[in-house]
Amino acid sequence: MIAFIPLFPLLGFVINASLGRVLPKTISGGLASLVMLASFAVSLAVVWRVASLAPAQRVVEQTLYTWIASGDFLLDLTLRVDPLASVMILVVTGIGSLIHIYSTAYMHDEVDSEYARYFSYLNLFAAFMLVLVLGANFLVLFIGWEGVGLCSYLLIGFWFQKTSASDAGKKAFVVNRIGDYAFILGTLLLFVRFGTLDFQRIASATAPLGAESMFGTLSVATLLLFIGATGKSAQIPLYVWLPDAMEGPTPVSALIHAATMVTAGVYMIGRNAVLFSHAPETMVVVAVIGASTALMAGTIGLVQNDIKRVLAYSTVSQLGYMFLAMGVGAFGAGIFHLYTHAFFKACLFLGSGAVIHALHGEQDIRNMGGLKAGLPITYWTFLIGSLAIAGVPGLAGFFSKDEILFETFAHGHQILWVMGILTSLLTATYMFRLVFLTFHGQRRHDAPAPQHPEEEQPAAHLSHQPAQAGSHLPSAGSHRHDAGSHLHDAPAAMAVALVVLALGSVLAGYAGIPRALGGHNALGAWLAPSFSARSVTTLADRAVGEVGEPEAGEAGGAGVELSLMVVSSIIATSGIGLAAFIWLKRRELADKAASTFPGVYRLLLNKYYVDEVYDATIVQPIRIVSQEGLWRGIDVHVIDGAVNGTASIVEGGSTLLRRLQSGSVRTYAGSLFIGVVLILGYYLWR
Amino acid sequence: MIPLGHYLIVSAILFAIGTAGVFLRRNLITILLSIEIMLNAVNLSFVAFGRAQGTVDGQIITFFVMTVAAAEAAVGLAIVIGLFRHRESLNPDAFTSLKW
Repeated sequence: MIAFIPLFPLLGFVINASLGRVLPKTISGGLASLVMLASFAVSLAVVWRVASLAPAQRVVEQTLYTWIASGDFLLDLTLRVDPLASVMILVVTGIGSLIHIYSTAYMHDEVDSEYARYFSYLNLFAAFMLVLVLGANFLVLFIGWEGVGLCSYLLIGFWFQKTSASDAGKKAFVVNRIGDYAFILGTLLLFVRFGTLDFQRIASATAPLGAESMFGTLSVATLLLFIGATGKSAQIPLYVWLPDAMEGPTPVSALIHAATMVTAGVYMIGRNAVLFSHAPETMVVVAVIGASTALMAGTIGLVQNDIKRVLAYSTVSQLGYMFLAMGVGAFGAGIFHLYTHAFFKACLFLGSGAVIHALHGEQDIRNMGGLKAGLPITYWTFLIGSLAIAGVPGLAGFFSKDEILFETFAHGHQILWVMGILTSLLTATYMFRLVFLTFHGQRRHDAPAPQHPEEEQPAAHLSHQPAQAGSHLPSAGSHRHDAGSHLHDAPAAMAVALVVLALGSVLAGYAGIPRALGGHNALGAWLAPSFSARSVTTLADRAVGEVGEPEAGEAGGAGVELSLMVVSSIIATSGIGLAAFIWLKRRELADKAASTFPGVYRLLLNKYYVDEVYDATIVQPIRIVSQEGLWRGIDVHVIDGAVNGTASIVEGGSTLLRRLQSGSVRTYAGSLFIGVVLILGYYLWR
Repeated sequence: MIPLGHYLIVSAILFAIGTAGVFLRRNLITILLSIEIMLNAVNLSFVAFGRAQGTVDGQIITFFVMTVAAAEAAVGLAIVIGLFRHRESLNPDAFTSLKW
């Protein structure tokens, strides 16, 4: 039965990929959405079955067949649903279905065959992601891991006629390959160490061991796995592909960012929680990378002008939070944030898609503003999503983010906590900058000509401002009014997805109300068995006690948690207030800040020049070595030289031998005669 | 009775004449005739050896050689006629190409 969860989307892929050219849009899109809903229904049934078991044995397995049997090594193609996987499959299929439904409207301008191609990729993406989360061993996970990499390439480069889109697709693919390479190495190392690739067996084998105090095999293996995760989940240093992934259609961004792909790394660490918690060094690295990524991406998000890029950096930042949680050992909190983030990030991306759809492809927020009246559904759902991601009390993001921050604090990582709080402030600020610039105020056309939006001078930006800031010029106003009246809000299919996701952004958090607020963290308790080794004694469980349910937090007291909550609520609201003050009341302040610190502004606008640094330190050297060394040197001279050399040796030899074959009968007869004489002479005179 | 050595000397002389003819003459028909001389030189030594040994083996082989020589002459002359029709020449140096 579990097998049907990935098989349904795969079926949709097969049908749309093979017959898509001849199917009308309603059928190809409807079919794609239908298979996702079917997969969601099966997931619900499976999760229901899992939930009906006792908490200790909540595992449902299905072995499809023995994949590899070689000597002692036996590898089954096994799918396994445990509490962690059940959360993931519900997120992937549930939010995936909504994104499919949304896409039926969003992609409606494409021709039939492109439309079907789009949906076939989308279904394949979901199928691979489901294989990834359902796989019971590293190799099955790896199929999905590579599969989502492939699909992200296909979807980011969906509009492949556009150079930037196909470049972005290639970038995503190549950057992911780097991570995947490390992931394979980590997998092999674990296999050498444990002789198995099954997650549960590795966990059981690890559990009795003490935490590695020195930098040993486990640390190396987990670090390699983590490098794989940084590629897939867009963390420092391999996050660079994600912002470029915005070249794909907007629902794809939602799918990649919310339901699939980027969550894979977080999930993988959660899946190997026991392993990671035995490698404290790796955990510190994970936490530090997570917190740094969160903070760095947050600062970049603050100055970006493309609506989707802001959201992209916010995804990177939120993923940083998840890794921070994983790194401090709060696996439940990390997955909780993954789950709430899926709702509000999907909501935000689909909302931004609705905006772009309404504005016929305009993505620059400097050309937006005042869309609130024209796009009420989009506005309200986007606002709810923003409130949720900012961490306003009562919404989904609040609970999960606070749990992460509290866990960080409780595990004694004060510096990381400060970074988290700062990121939380940044998140609230840049999200509401986005909301205010997009939906509030007047419709603007501030953006400079789109030649090099990345490198534009802050001063040039400033020069447009005084006329725009508080102006109510009648002529300009009437023009803006005209522009606003053409707007059409999200069509029904998009609106449904938006509303459901907005509801989810509000309600999702109530699955894990912390104890300090009188809840009992149902989600945390539900997930706990997945983070401890099964079928080992309770003693071993206690050795990795903090892995499961943060009992340590209880001792720290609800008081600390409550006060931290108050702090982060204040931070979130003050971030929103700051954004409101700057971008609603005093827009010139932002530009003044930009022109006061032009260096900082340019640094942020150009994303810390990370792409340029990578280009100079990695891409160009590889290019030069490949071009001058491997191509012009080895390929041209050694390989081509060997081939051509063989040919010229044969040619030269033949030219010499050709002389012998003069065609003159007498020469032949003469050489025959001399030969006979020589041979006879030899035998006679011997 | 003539000793074996004399036969062999005559045979060697004939063979040398034939060989010289093959190498020195510039006419295909003469070359064929020279080859016949070489073959008959060999026949002579076969018969001489046979007689010296008191067996008929030499004579039997000689008949085989004569048969082969007749066949060779037939085929060879046919080829020579064919060649002559193409080139109006019987000089072997005119025929150095594999095809024309």
